[in-house]
Amino acid sequence: MSAALGKRTMTLNMGPQHPATHGVLRVELELDGETVVKATPHIGYLHTGIEKNAEAKLYYKVMPMTDRMDYLAPMSNNLGYCLAMEKLLALEMSDKIIYARVLLTELTRIASHLVWVGTHALDLGAMSMLLYAFRDREMIIDIYEAVSGQRMMSTYFRIGGLAHDLPANFDREVKKILKVIPERIKDYERLLTDNKIFRNRTVGVASISAEDAISYGLTGPSLRGSGVNYDVRKANPYCGYEKFEFNVPLGEKGDVYDRYLVRMKEIQQSLKIATQAIEGMPEGPYQVHAPGIVLPPKQDILTKMESLIFHFKIITEGFKPPKGAVYQAIEAPKGELGYYISSDGSNKPHRMRVRPPSFVNLSALPKMIEGRLVADVVAAIGSIDIVLGEVDR
Amino acid sequence: MKEKLTDFLRLNFPEAVIREDNFCDQQSFYIHGEYLFDICRAFQSDKELEFNFLMDICSLDWWGQPDEAEGRFEVVYNLYSLKHRYRFFLKVRLPAKEPKIDSVTSLWHTADWLEREVYDMMGIFFVGHPDLRKIVTPDELDGYPLRKDFPLTYEVPQFSYNKDQLPEVIL
Repeated sequence: MSAALGKRTMTLNMGPQHPATHGVLRVELELDGETVVKATPHIGYLHTGIEKNAEAKLYYKVMPMTDRMDYLAPMSNNLGYCLAMEKLLALEMSDKIIYARVLLTELTRIASHLVWVGTHALDLGAMSMLLYAFRDREMIIDIYEAVSGQRMMSTYFRIGGLAHDLPANFDREVKKILKVIPERIKDYERLLTDNKIFRNRTVGVASISAEDAISYGLTGPSLRGSGVNYDVRKANPYCGYEKFEFNVPLGEKGDVYDRYLVRMKEIQQSLKIATQAIEGMPEGPYQVHAPGIVLPPKQDILTKMESLIFHFKIITEGFKPPKGAVYQAIEAPKGELGYYISSDGSNKPHRMRVRPPSFVNLSALPKMIEGRLVADVVAAIGSIDIVLGEVDR
Repeated sequence: MKEKLTDFLRLNFPEAVIREDNFCDQQSFYIHGEYLFDICRAFQSDKELEFNFLMDICSLDWWGQPDEAEGRFEVVYNLYSLKHRYRFFLKVRLPAKEPKIDSVTSLWHTADWLEREVYDMMGIFFVGHPDLRKIVTPDELDGYPLRKDFPLTYEVPQFSYNKDQLPEVIL
């Protein structure tokens, strides 16, 4: 056959406008019939030069750009940058700030996983999941709106605290969510976990061994799906995570189904952490006392001379951290999100490097799908949970 | 753990380490570029230390700074040990002209994309990389965006009236 027809394989471009690629990802597939012989992901369609842009901005002005990387988990991105800067500036946070940050990032994780389960199930043909998941995510987005005024690009955390105090009805609203979501999660598990069609599409598909997962640098649920126990929250606790009690769910075989199970269990663990955070939330100021770094409250600017001067100086000049480089990793919903910030002693970052979990996880895609069917490509892309804004930055 | 790493390097690669840095309680070693591959392999395969996770590779440009004397570019390898839950950094300084360093793709698969990104954005060549091509910037783009002498600005629109005033290279 090959002699008569010449080339045996054909090349198929999947994306960049394919709905199942979750954004603008192009995968060049070399197919033999329906089997993938070789897969080459092409990225860069959403490259906005955030790392380069950060070098031209004052430290606190970098914050809004971090939201725009992983736009499904804005709070996690903010947190990573804040913690890196606080490490560089040697700022200690109060309990109130720590608890508020943990609570909001865990809600972010739930929101991100909900979007993931919805879109992933949609890719595999379970349409109703998407509608249910987005309905629940809406409640968390409402919380974002209540605290920051923005629904998606919240930019709520600041270097040295939060942007404003938590709103008055915050407690009640969060508790309402924490009561509703566990019930809903049970429904979703009933819809998917034992669903025969879903299992046929996911069990044993795109599996990756623990050894390969480490070599490919996978982190987050994709790594834990292969049974490697690495969660930054446990391994190198940051932002007071050592005070909270939770488990790290692990998979066994590292296939799409295991990654699904890990994420579903993670939602439950996040709910557990969020419950502890809302119950233990102490009273206190929403910012630490660090004149020259943290903006004074608006009321003081109008009435106090020194506050006005500090406000003016921070806005125009910024602040100058000591010379040196720090790296801070956090467990974002997608995996280890790291900020490497190098300061040369001036008021702008000399270099801000983001270690993007989606980018690194995506590099393992060819390993997962080569030798499998085209339909599995969709399942595999969904299962590693990428956000192209973060892949390309 | 800190002393263990220092001793390990001093014992096995006595002439490789230039200096050790502990800024913000983060251990990093400045090393000579030619030892990088061997050091990485040693750390990865050592049964006791087991630094089996390459978390990140990133690059810095010290153009126009006093640090440039040591070498304009800096490549930072972020190594992590899942066993010890410990992270440290290997830093290599490279000259402004033809910056190149050995690729570690044969040790970790993840180095493939990470090195491609560093090459694409900073123009550092990785010797022995199987497929060193652009990854995030478009093919038409000349130059390496993260270098400090690469301008960060908008493109001045060219009209007939200002055609002569615009420089050839817009800075």
